[in-house]
Amino acid sequence: MINWAKTKWSQIRAVRLGFWGLVGMFALGIIFWGGFNTALEMTNTEKFCLSCHEMADNVFPEYQETVHYTNRSGVRATCPDCHVPHEWGPKMIRKIQASKEVWGKLTGSINTREKFLENRGRLAQNEWRRMKANDSQECRNCHNYEYFDYMEQNRRSANAHQKGLSSGMTCIDCHKGIAHHLPNVQQHIGVEEGSAVAPNVMHPARPDASAASSVSDEMAGIE
Amino acid sequence: MKKWACFVGLILALSLGVISAGAMAEGLRSLRGTEAVKGDVPSENYRYERDKTAQQRQFVQQPPVIPHTTKGYLISKEFNKCLDCHSWDRAADSGAPRVSVTHFKTREGKELTNMSPRRYFCTQCHVPQTDAKPLVGNKFKPADGLVK
Repeated sequence: MINWAKTKWSQIRAVRLGFWGLVGMFALGIIFWGGFNTALEMTNTEKFCLSCHEMADNVFPEYQETVHYTNRSGVRATCPDCHVPHEWGPKMIRKIQASKEVWGKLTGSINTREKFLENRGRLAQNEWRRMKANDSQECRNCHNYEYFDYMEQNRRSANAHQKGLSSGMTCIDCHKGIAHHLPNVQQHIGVEEGSAVAPNVMHPARPDASAASSVSDEMAGIE
Repeated sequence: MKKWACFVGLILALSLGVISAGAMAEGLRSLRGTEAVKGDVPSENYRYERDKTAQQRQFVQQPPVIPHTTKGYLISKEFNKCLDCHSWDRAADSGAPRVSVTHFKTREGKELTNMSPRRYFCTQCHVPQTDAKPLVGNKFKPADGLVK
């Protein structure tokens, strides 16, 4: 009888221990996950980006002149809106890649204006490549071309959008340098610089050229 | 005698100058008024016109005006946004008019294969249009034979 009670008691204790262990782990999980998320979101703010002078002195003043910063209706995008994917998986991947940028900050890879300008071409192309690969997802988070009103758009944009989208192009194929100044791009004027971005990088070939030409050519013409 | 004539001439010239300057101050008024310039007059809220088709020239040798907005279009040492559509190698794709071949000539008259750097700053001559009204009344008429 006593033995039975003892085993029963230890069983109850084990169950209790297990229960409280689970509760504790759950609570710890919440704390860790919450902390992780809070820290992650902290690095996902414009304030955090601008805490480095590399961003505050070079790219931000350029951005302030553009329509994504100041515009008619006062709706604006912040750095991470365009530069960090919003979905969890891609966001984690980008954040892990960003550890290289921390290393760059520590070693001062672009800590002067000269160094920044020297690297602008490479850095811009990194971002263009990323946006090309995800079909300009960060543009499309706000701009959905299915709801474009071509009557409202100016004639050049209406033509270019219809021609481009029907031939399978993505936003970044044309909209380079809309938020920051462009790096040196090869335009074959005057003395050529070897470090300039190649024209076929600036304007990649249309994936489906035949579809583009099937859209009436005079539509694209202004002449 | 010669010296005397020189002196009289000088006096005459000076007095004429003073008189004509006085007359000019009376007759002419600049757009800024007669006050010393204290900085730029704040511009009114002009808007770019919406995109149009190419506009006809109003006088011979007029640089064609830009019939579209150019807001945010940068012309810098690194990149010329205008030539991103209007250069010869881009025009086929963009459908924009090509820059005139006259722009390929250097100051020395040498023909290049692309824009001469001296013509790089498009907006020195070609300007976009806003809805601003003429500053003063005028009877300007486009030259005969240019505009119907």
